Amino acid sequence: MARTLSMKDAINEALDQEMGRDPTVVVLGEDIVGGTGSPGEDDAWGGAMGVTKGLIHKHPGQLIDTPLSESAYIGAAIGAATCGLRPVAELMFVDFMGVCLDQIFNQAAKFRYMFGGKAETPVVIRATCGAGFRAAAQHSQMLTPIFTHIPGLKVVCPSNAYDTKGLLIQSIRDNDPVIFLEHKNLYDRETDVPEESYAIPFGEASIAREGTDVTIVTYGMMVPYSLEASETLKREGIDVEVIDLRTLSPIDLDTVFESVEMTGRLVCVDEANPRCSIASDVAAAVAQEAFGSLKGPVAMVTAPHAPVPFSSALEDLYIPSPERIADGVRQTMGERSS
Amino acid sequence: MNNPFPLSREGLLTAYRRMRTIREFEERLHVEFATGDIAGFVHLYAGEEAAGVGIMMHLEDHDRIASTHRGHGHCIAKGVDVKAMMAEIYGKATGACAGKGGSMHIADLSRGMMGANGILGAGAPLICGAGLAAQKLGHDGVGITFFGDGASNQGTVLESMNLAAIWNLPVIFVVENNGYAESTSVDYAVASDSYVDRAAGFGMPGITVDGTDFFAVYEAAGEVIRRAREGGGPSLLECKMIRFYGHFEGDAQTYRAPGENEANRQHRDCLKIFTGKILEAGVVETGELAVIDSEVADLIEDALEGAKAAPLPSAAELTTDVYVTY
Repeated sequence: MARTLSMKDAINEALDQEMGRDPTVVVLGEDIVGGTGSPGEDDAWGGAMGVTKGLIHKHPGQLIDTPLSESAYIGAAIGAATCGLRPVAELMFVDFMGVCLDQIFNQAAKFRYMFGGKAETPVVIRATCGAGFRAAAQHSQMLTPIFTHIPGLKVVCPSNAYDTKGLLIQSIRDNDPVIFLEHKNLYDRETDVPEESYAIPFGEASIAREGTDVTIVTYGMMVPYSLEASETLKREGIDVEVIDLRTLSPIDLDTVFESVEMTGRLVCVDEANPRCSIASDVAAAVAQEAFGSLKGPVAMVTAPHAPVPFSSALEDLYIPSPERIADGVRQTMGERSS
Repeated sequence: MNNPFPLSREGLLTAYRRMRTIREFEERLHVEFATGDIAGFVHLYAGEEAAGVGIMMHLEDHDRIASTHRGHGHCIAKGVDVKAMMAEIYGKATGACAGKGGSMHIADLSRGMMGANGILGAGAPLICGAGLAAQKLGHDGVGITFFGDGASNQGTVLESMNLAAIWNLPVIFVVENNGYAESTSVDYAVASDSYVDRAAGFGMPGITVDGTDFFAVYEAAGEVIRRAREGGGPSLLECKMIRFYGHFEGDAQTYRAPGENEANRQHRDCLKIFTGKILEAGVVETGELAVIDSEVADLIEDALEGAKAAPLPSAAELTTDVYVTY
């Protein structure tokens, strides 16, 4: 019988298997063990979300709690990656990248190019992302476009537990710096996840739903929302194809072009803010490469150009909903929004 | 013959050759930069040689250093090929970084040189990673991060001192205090009176030495490096030193006192101080130094000619080596 795991447990299992396979894999971050130096129990937290719970007992010496000092420990992970370790650093919320971004974009991302191809920096920086937790403006962002913009970084944002395990294992084995973004609201969602270790290659989108009328291109939390919208639209006679990009850098545009050439209609769905987003990037690429296939204008369904609000009344409006996604699809079908 | 120094005769001659190579390299760059042949930003290490060489004489290839924007001296002292460095500064395909890095990004990981760095204070977190790797991989390598009095105020440096202290990392924080953060005086910009006090604030030993005195640097560096190798944890080493040139080539240096550069050259030239001591003790002879001077001059001349004649990177290189795998 197939086994199901939550995304959270899939991350735990991927880290467990990779640390067991390779002793140079070390995991470090704030409270990833929890309670270090405190009088209470060991493994008190296992990370702010409990993702790394239990790993310290299986891999003592390979998990390291850090001080609340992101510049120092993210930089240390990057430095260690150039010196023979394969660190997986956890940044509790991607919003905290602001305090350590120099180490990510001026150091890790540039070493290989700037040093003439002689450096390898096999570091993974995991961070939670996304809205819907009532966590407000500094703990809820979808900052995928910022990392995707930077040459030298690879950017992963999975939508389900199966992909998460395979993509995290690939990230750890990859010899380039990888930003691995985990949507908090997907953590408890379960899918079938094989117990054995497996890697999913970067740059291969998956077709989450096959359809012939409209193509939705999206990633992360917006994948299940787009699938939900597709079921609504099915009842209206609209057959939607949903493409889950899975990795944003590298990005699999061939799969997008093939789908748009078939459907002639494109809706880009992105939880990030709209300007210079993954949505606008995909829309531009389709305009450049598959313009002749389009039967009408491209639609974008994104968060607004505003910070993430706290009040539930506002946050629910901020996040692209299945209803708004369905409206975006109807718009490309030449119908009035409901 | 009695040798009162902590290095053998051969060691002294090696130290002299390295300092002389840095001086010649930088003095030639100063001249060549003025001709307009060298593009971009160049920050010269001339006058500061005793610090870099005094520290690096204790290091092996498996020891790591994280350098600064003023990195030529660190590179030469750590054993990076001088010809490849010169070609890099000229942006040539034969450069240490294939022409993609330039003066501020010369690196040679095979020699433990983790890179000059255009971002002040950025090397401190990176060197903590080198120390962590040495700890986890179980070798006795140490990591040394250099930063100036200017970058000593960066949060990255202070955070890294804390991290190195709590993890007991084999890391040395070297403050190259030349008195000027670009044009701004250390007296204005650094709040504490002493870097030793700052080190104490993080629970680590700190030593201040006269960075123009090779032997003072060598001795203090030996002590803190030995402690780090033996598991005794991080230290801070402040070298008070002299920057012969401006912050960058082209800096008019109007912030200096009248006659300051001339007085420094006359009285606080670390190379003159070093040669004065070893000649006075009779451990080496003037002729031996002259031979080294001549060999170094030839080496730099060859490096310059080679760099000027070398091919530029091809257009195809524009987008290579962004990733290991695509």
